[in-house]
This record gives sequence, C-alpha cells and structure tokens, in this order.
Amino acid sequence: MTWPLLSLVTFVPLAGAAIIFLIVRGPAEETATNARWMALWASLLTFVLSLFVWFNFDSSTPDFQFEEHMDWFPHLGIAYHVGVDGISMLFVLLCTLLTPLCILASWKIADRVKEYMIAFLILETMMIGMFCALDFVLFYVFFEGVLIPMFIIIGVWGSGSRRVYAAFKFFLFTLLGSVLMLLALLAIYLEVGTTDIPTLLIYHFPAGMQTWLWLAMFASFAVKVPMWPVHTWLPDAHVEAPTAGSVILAGVLLKMGGYGFLRFSIPMLPEATAEFTPLIYTLSVVAIIYTSLVAMAQEDMKKLIAYSSVAHMGFVTIGMFTLTTQGVQGSIYQMLSHGIVSGALFLCVGVVYDRLHTREIARFGGLVNNMPRYALVFMIFMLASVGLPGTSGFVGEFLSLLGAFLANTWVAALAAIGVILGAVYMLSLYRRVIFGKLVKEDLKLLKDLSAREIAVFAPLIAMVLWMGIYPGSFIEVMEVSVDHLIQNYQVALEQAGHATTIASR
Amino acid sequence: MEVATIFLPLIGCIIAGLFGRTIGARGAMAVTVTAVCVSAVLSIILFFQLTGEGSEAYTVTLFTFIDSGAFEVSWALRFDALTAVMLIVVNGVSSMVHIYSIGYMAHDGHRARFFSYLSLFTFAMLMLITADNLVQLYFGWEGVGLASYLLIGFWHERESARAAAVKAFVVNRIGDFGFALGIFAVFMVFGSVEFDTIFSSAAEHADATFTFLGYEVHALTCACLLLFMGAMGKSAQLGLHTWLPDAMEGPTPVSALIHAATMVTAGVFMVARMSPLFEYAPDALTVVCLVGAATAIVAATIGITQNDIKRVIAYSTMSQLGYMFFALGVSAYSAAIFHLMTHAFFKSLLFLGAGSVIHAMSDEQDMRKMGGIWKQIPYTYTLMWIGSLALAGIGIYGVFGAAGFYSKDLILESAFADHSWFGDIAYWLGVVAAFLTAFYSWRLIIMTFHGPSRAEEKVAAHVHESSWVMLGPLVPLAAGAIFAGWIGYDAFAGHGREAFWGEALFVLHANDTVEAAHHVPFWGKILPLVLAFGGIALAYVVYMMRPGMAGAIARATRPVYVFLLNKWYFDELFHWAVVRPANVLGRLLWKGGDGAVIDGLGPNGIASTTRMVARQASRLQTGYVYHYVFAMLVGAVGLVTWYLYTVSA
Repeated sequence: MTWPLLSLVTFVPLAGAAIIFLIVRGPAEETATNARWMALWASLLTFVLSLFVWFNFDSSTPDFQFEEHMDWFPHLGIAYHVGVDGISMLFVLLCTLLTPLCILASWKIADRVKEYMIAFLILETMMIGMFCALDFVLFYVFFEGVLIPMFIIIGVWGSGSRRVYAAFKFFLFTLLGSVLMLLALLAIYLEVGTTDIPTLLIYHFPAGMQTWLWLAMFASFAVKVPMWPVHTWLPDAHVEAPTAGSVILAGVLLKMGGYGFLRFSIPMLPEATAEFTPLIYTLSVVAIIYTSLVAMAQEDMKKLIAYSSVAHMGFVTIGMFTLTTQGVQGSIYQMLSHGIVSGALFLCVGVVYDRLHTREIARFGGLVNNMPRYALVFMIFMLASVGLPGTSGFVGEFLSLLGAFLANTWVAALAAIGVILGAVYMLSLYRRVIFGKLVKEDLKLLKDLSAREIAVFAPLIAMVLWMGIYPGSFIEVMEVSVDHLIQNYQVALEQAGHATTIASR
Repeated sequence: MEVATIFLPLIGCIIAGLFGRTIGARGAMAVTVTAVCVSAVLSIILFFQLTGEGSEAYTVTLFTFIDSGAFEVSWALRFDALTAVMLIVVNGVSSMVHIYSIGYMAHDGHRARFFSYLSLFTFAMLMLITADNLVQLYFGWEGVGLASYLLIGFWHERESARAAAVKAFVVNRIGDFGFALGIFAVFMVFGSVEFDTIFSSAAEHADATFTFLGYEVHALTCACLLLFMGAMGKSAQLGLHTWLPDAMEGPTPVSALIHAATMVTAGVFMVARMSPLFEYAPDALTVVCLVGAATAIVAATIGITQNDIKRVIAYSTMSQLGYMFFALGVSAYSAAIFHLMTHAFFKSLLFLGAGSVIHAMSDEQDMRKMGGIWKQIPYTYTLMWIGSLALAGIGIYGVFGAAGFYSKDLILESAFADHSWFGDIAYWLGVVAAFLTAFYSWRLIIMTFHGPSRAEEKVAAHVHESSWVMLGPLVPLAAGAIFAGWIGYDAFAGHGREAFWGEALFVLHANDTVEAAHHVPFWGKILPLVLAFGGIALAYVVYMMRPGMAGAIARATRPVYVFLLNKWYFDELFHWAVVRPANVLGRLLWKGGDGAVIDGLGPNGIASTTRMVARQASRLQTGYVYHYVFAMLVGAVGLVTWYLYTVSA
C-alpha cells in the first residue's frame, strides 16, 4: 500500500472546496447548482476512499495503520504524521458517511450556497484530519480548526435571532478548554521533547504532572463531549445552527471529546485517570439524569434532542472510564450510534422545519396522517434513540451499562434511570408531533418525504439496523485496539503500585 | 422449519407494513393471516416433536449478535418443552386473533398497518419464547413492548389512546430497568448470559455473593429479584400494573392477544425459564409469591366495581397473572405454565367475546348501558358463558371441569402444599380472589346480557350477532377453554409431567409442591370451588333477583366502594409521587440550573462582568490632560515608594 490513502481521504474535501472556490462561478443560479454538485461529488469520493481504508484495515493488530510520516518542523520534532487504529478508523468512516448526507440535506439552502459548501468541505477535512492525526500539534491544529467553519456555519446560516450569541457561546466555551489543552501540549513537549503520539503513548509521565495534564485536557474534552455542567452551549448552538450543522455538531463534533479521552487522557495518563474516574462517574450520572429531566420540559424539538445528546454522551463517558472491555467497546459503539441516530433525528426535525419554519413542538400534531413515510422514519430513529434492542442505540447503551455494572453498581443503577427517562421524553415528543388528529390547517398542506429526503434517510436507517442486528462488523474492528488500551492501562497502574480492582473480562 | 415458524410472521409484517398501500388492505390481510396460520400449524408439529417421551431439546443458532470480550451472545432459537407450550399458546391465539380481526376491523381505514403490527407482535413474542440467552429474551421483551405501544395507540386520534400507549411503554421501561440490571448481575456471577451455561452452573454459584449498591448481597437472590422487576412490569404485577387497564384503549383483538393471552404472560414465562436460578434464591421466590398473591386479590377487588366491560376483564387478567406468580413463588412452575396456557384460551375467548358484544352494541363498552341482549346474540352469549365457567374454575370434582378448574385449583393446592407462611398467605388470598372472580364474572354476564335493556334506542335496535369470521375463531378457543385443563392435566402436572417437561423446568426435590399438591386435604381442594359457586350465587342475587341491591351495598360501604372504584388510587399516587415531581424538577433544572446558575455564573456572567469592567475602564479616559498627568504622578510616586521600600528591606 503505497498510496497515501489517509491523506487523500483527509484532503479530497479540501481540494473540492478549493475547486469550488476557484472555478465555480458565473450566474448565481448556476454557481449554486455547480457548488452543490461539486460538494456532493467531493464528499462521495471521500466516502468511497474511506471505504478502502475499511476494507484494507487489519483488525488483528492494535498498531496504527496506513501511517504516513513527513517532516514538518524537523528542528522541533513536529511532523505531519497520520494513521488510524481500530478506534479512530470507525470515526473517520462516520465523518465520511455523514458529510455527503449533510450536503444532500442542505440542497435547499439558497443563501450563499458556494460559501456554505466550501465551509462544509473544509469542516470535513478538519474532522477527518483530527481523527487521523498522530502528532499532537497536528491534532491540535485540526481540533481547533474544526471550530472555525462550524462557527461560521452557525453564525451565518443559522436560523434564529440568537445565532450570533449561540455561535459565540459555542466558540468561547470550546476555546476556553482549548487554551488549557494548548498549555498541556506545551508542557508535554517540554517534558518529552516530541509531540509524536505513538511515542507519547509509551512515555511514562511523572505522577504529579499527570494530574495537571489530565485536568487541562479534561477541560477541553469535557466541553466538547459535553459533560455537565459545561453543556449549556450545546442546546443553544443546536437551536441556532442550520440542520446540517446540527447533524455534524451532534454526529461528529461531540465525539471529538470522547475520542480525546480515549486517545490521550486514558492511555497517556493512566494514574490520573484512575484518580479522576469517580469525578467522571459523578458528572456523567448527573448529566444523564439532569439533562433527561430537562429534556422532558423542552418545547423546542431541537433543544429536546440536544439535551438528549448530553444524556447519551453521559453513557459514553461512563462506559469509557470503566476500563472494562464491554464498557469501552460500548462507549465507542454508543458514540458511533449516537452520531448516526442523533444526526438523523436532527434531519427529521429539519424536514418539518424546512416546510413550516418552526420547531415548536406544540405547533405540530397528527403528521402521521399526511406524512406516513416521515412518521415511519422518525419512529425508527426515535426508537434507536430510546435504545430499543435491534437498533444501534441498544448495543452501545447496553454494553456501556454492563461495563459500568461490573465496575460500580451504583453508577450502573443510576445511569440506567436515564434509560427510563429517555423513553419518556422521546415518546412524548413523538406523540405530540406525529400522533393525533390533523387539525391545524397549515399542517394539512405538508407533503411527505421527497425522493431526495428518502435518499438521505435510507442509508442512515440501514446503518441503524445493521449496527443493531449485527454489531460484529464494527466491534470486530475495535476489539484488538480496545484490549490493547485496557491492558496497557492496567499494566501502567500495576507498575505505579495501584491495586486494580477491576477484573478484565 | 424452526426458522420458518419464527420468521414467517416477520415476513408478513414487513410485507404488510411497507407495501400495504400497494397490495391493499385485502392483500395485507391475506399475507399476514396466511403467514401466522402456517406458523401456527408448524408450531403444532413442533409441539409433538418437543414434548413427551424421548424428545430432546435443541438450539438452532443463526448468527452472532454481540461479541464483546467475554460477553458473547448469539441470535439463536432454543426449542424445548417450555418453548413448545408457548409456541402453541402464542401462535394459536395469534392466528385466531388475526382471523377475528378481519371481521372486527372491517370498517377501519388502516387495516394494513394494524395487521402489520399484529404480526410484528407475534414475531417479537416468538423471539422472546425461543430465546436461548437473556439478551435475545430482552430483544423480544422490548419488541413486544413496542408492538403493544403501537397497538394501544392504534387509534391515535383519541387523546386517551395516545396517553395509554406512552404510559404502557414507560411503565414497562421501569420494569426493564430492573431486568437490564438483572442481566448484568447474571453476567457478573456467571460470566455468561446463555441459558445453557448459566443453568448448568447455577448450583455452583448458589452461595455466591457480590456487592450491590454498597451492600454485600446474595448474588442469585439479587439477580433474580432484579429480573423479577422486569416481570412485574411486563406482567402488570402490583405496583407496575397501572398501564394494563389503560391499555384497553387498543382495539379489542389487541387486548385479547397481547394484554391477556401472550405478552402479559411473558413475565411468568421468564421466571419459569429462569427456574434453575430462582430455585437457588428462596428469598426471591418468597417475594415473587407475595407480590403475586397481593396482585391476585387487589385486582379482584377492583374488578368487582368496574363498569367498563373490557376493564373488568383486564383486572381479571391481572388477578389471574397474580395466581401464576404465586404459583411460581412456591416452585410450582409447571402449575403456573399450565394456568398460563388455559388462561390464554379462556381469557382471549372472553376478550374476543366482549369484542363481539361491543361490536353488537355499536362500540359501547359501559355495561351500565347494556342488558337484555342475550337473545339477540345467542352465540356470543354462549361463548361468554364458557369463558366465564373456565375462568371461575367450575367443574364437578372427579368427573370433569372447565379449564380453570384444573389449573387454578392446582395452583391453590400447590400453595397450600408448600406449608410455608407465604404459601399460606397466597392460598387464603387466592381462595378469596377465587370467590371474587366468580362474582365479577357473573356480574359481567348479568349486567351485559340479562335484565332490561339500558341501551339507547338506536343502539338497542341495532344489536346484531357478529359475522362468522368473528365467531369462527372463538370456537377453537372455546374448545380449549373447556377441554384444555382436562386434557393437559396429566402431562403438565400429573404422572406424565416428568416426561413432558424434560429438562425445561427445574425444581429442587425439596420444593416439589406440584407433587405435594396431590396430597392436600379434601377441604383444601374443594374450598375454592365452593366459594366460586358462592360468588356466582351472590352475583345472581345482587344483580338478577334484587336489582337495587348493588346500589344499596355501594352506598352502605361508600368509602370502600369509592376506594375500589378508584383502583386503590395507584394512578393518583404515582402522579403525585413521581410524574409531577419529575416534570417540576425538569423545568426547575432547565430554567434554574442551566439558565440561572450555569449560564448566569458561566458565560453570561463572565461576559457581563467583562462588559462592566470595560465600561468602568472606559470611563477613565476622560480626555482631560490634567487627569492623565495626575494619574502618572500617582504612578510615579507609587513606583518610587516601592523601589525605596524593596531596596531598604
């Protein structure tokens, strides 16, 4: 394999953006059409390329694969180094799957189409680059780079009157964390003398330093996840963001935090991780119950789903920090599943928002009567969000909770309350929007899903069922990497003299 | 064949659901009814292969489901005697209900959707009963919950139906919360959730303990109680029962299939399936027994005051489920499953009969607006009699009896024979409940069919017997209600039981109450029957001979009557204790927690502080030179002072 496959996957979208920027011009109408098609093709090409990564991936080794190494600042030991393992590879696929669907879902955007498509393609490059990066500086560049197009997408194409407030809130919250991570990055560089991630992964940081590094990174990742109490930017950002923006935000951006924990905090700082695990548990359990209750009180569809995202990500952080096979696999699975399901739910909201320009739950009711296909699609994702067995939501949630039970029964029992509350808010949302008599005049005119919309939803439905019925395809990919992670963690703890109570099963 | 039996209904469901508009309602009905009927025929064949001498249990593995570390689960179909009985029950009742629905739903505009849901339910139920591990069981468990939710809310234009649907799902979720934790606990103890593995090593872990919520607990007791919590939700046991009466908002065939014959018995099935674990958790069995006994009596007391014909039968179902649970609680698993089977016949018969009445009365369900119609709908009337006889357990000792006569009495005798304090409680509560059962059954019959007509004239003029497509399916069910007990007794509970059950049920030798039940003193055996006759007689006196008497009794015992009529105020209790606080808390956390505290102190607070500081700072820039000079002077003095101070120090 001599092709720089990962770089291709990463930079094809950027090339597409460049082409749109430089070449696509002419009358406004024509520009818009060309920009849309160009963006779609670029993202589809990326997706196809990423499939090659999957097909050629060797899931029997925890090593990084498809590695590329190029000197960047050789005198500083900073390089362009990329590669994927069983954990990051799946996230790359998640990005490449969601982006073309987002572009397709944004077909009706009429305002500054060219710039919109450029922003999305740049966003895709940043996201993929972040998941592939094997150099901390490179990672940091992409990690922060993601913010810029997202900030613009919310601020410019957002829908509400408070979009600028939301965009700033989003930016400030995440930037605050980022500043601390930059400090951590500098500290690490000064300590180790390199920012190469594979090297860092085997470096043993002194215990005192671990604590500070861990907290600095935690500030950054916790905001991204988001964990309670730094989650309040998310509902605002979602409400104001355009549909596709919400999809990427929920689908991929939230995963950056979880990925960060898995890539940096846990393997590099095992002792601090063990020390802070109770903190993570507490915050996650609070997040699950608190935001589920808050979700029950919401009147805006997007806000409700946004709060449900916070709750679902609570399962992710719990599962991850149990450091049991089931917990970590479940938490990765939950992230992938949530990426698809919550993305799809935002698309579902987008469908009615496009038609009626409101997201207020009370404005709807009885849509099943004139939009039966929409009702079915919404039902599937609603059930997946609730974690019904047979859908993707179940596997991740179940395994995370199982891991939690093995590690700490209190955590599992409290977190499982979220499963009940999840059913309450999702079912009542569905009931108020879809069921009932169709009485409102303007609702009667709504048309069922168009062919384009079905094309957006079909792959997502297929994924939800595939991941729900035959999860093996995905668990197999991450299995060895996760085992490797857990083993290293335990070895590190043993060497550090901690008695580990968590059996590895 | 095994795979076809299970998956045919799914195929029917998908075809009817996705292509319902293309093939039309007739096409959808043809597909689903055929699929389920074929599946039912296959079930009968399987039944004979799986039970009796020389039959062996086996598992058909399909493919891997979840494989995460040591946690390995497959999609697999397990066939043994217990599955075989459930196959007959599920597919038998389901096929009859499918056929019945052709007539019952004839005027509905969404028949394709309805039949698709019914088949979806059947498939999920089949997955539940053939599961060979707890996770697949959970899949079926939640799947039937989904189908139940969809079917209760089928007439979603009614507000009450929508509310009932959500309530059913959520209350079941509360039970599933325990069930899921139970699965985790089982995995923690056994390192597996596959039945073969856990059952074979249950004895080794009989004394195992683990830490649960900070307490060192007996592992199997804890796991079994958690699993039982799931059963309480699904089988509407006291505390988690409030969804079942509301579920009557669904179309009547749904009530018959899901909320009487099959889904609500899933909890009973599950406990029986897990008998190898429960046997080593005697404390858990005690709880099961007491909850069951309490449910049996509470539901029966509510049943005697309700006026909605379907609700009466719903409470009756709940009460009968209570019987099954206390049978499980005294280790009489085979008695519980026996009653599960006979109950499926007579209760679905009663529900479908009630549906036929409702159909005849132009969708009226209030028994106070019925009466005097037995001559107009004689077949329905006869069938309802058969169902009620079976439910009340009427028979002639030593000769012949209707289905409940064998199965219910066996349960009571087993409880008696257990000779434990909780067995005695269950026996006496069960005996009283048997009296109440007979009473409300004949109250139902008399109020519905006898006396003067209390219906509106238009309705009364329109009373008509149902078509044959509705009455036909009742005939096999009626046959079951009459003969199932008589035929099945020997195999389920008599001398043939060991050969019949094989390894499917597990009872420790010391706990063999079904065997001991044969040696119960005569008065213990005959008492329920006597009381049942007493209940019938009382109903006859109160509602037939002295029509004013019911009202008089209700007035005389007003507080009790109101208490029962309001269903022991369980709904109100939950509303005030759980639902309202949750909603208030949600609002509070949103506006107060997120809005005022986090955002107020966090981003908004910092932003406003920054703004304020900036405003103050900008005020310093006055533009007057002497202000600046003065400030510089102060600064210079300050610096010099500091310098001198540090130098001298």
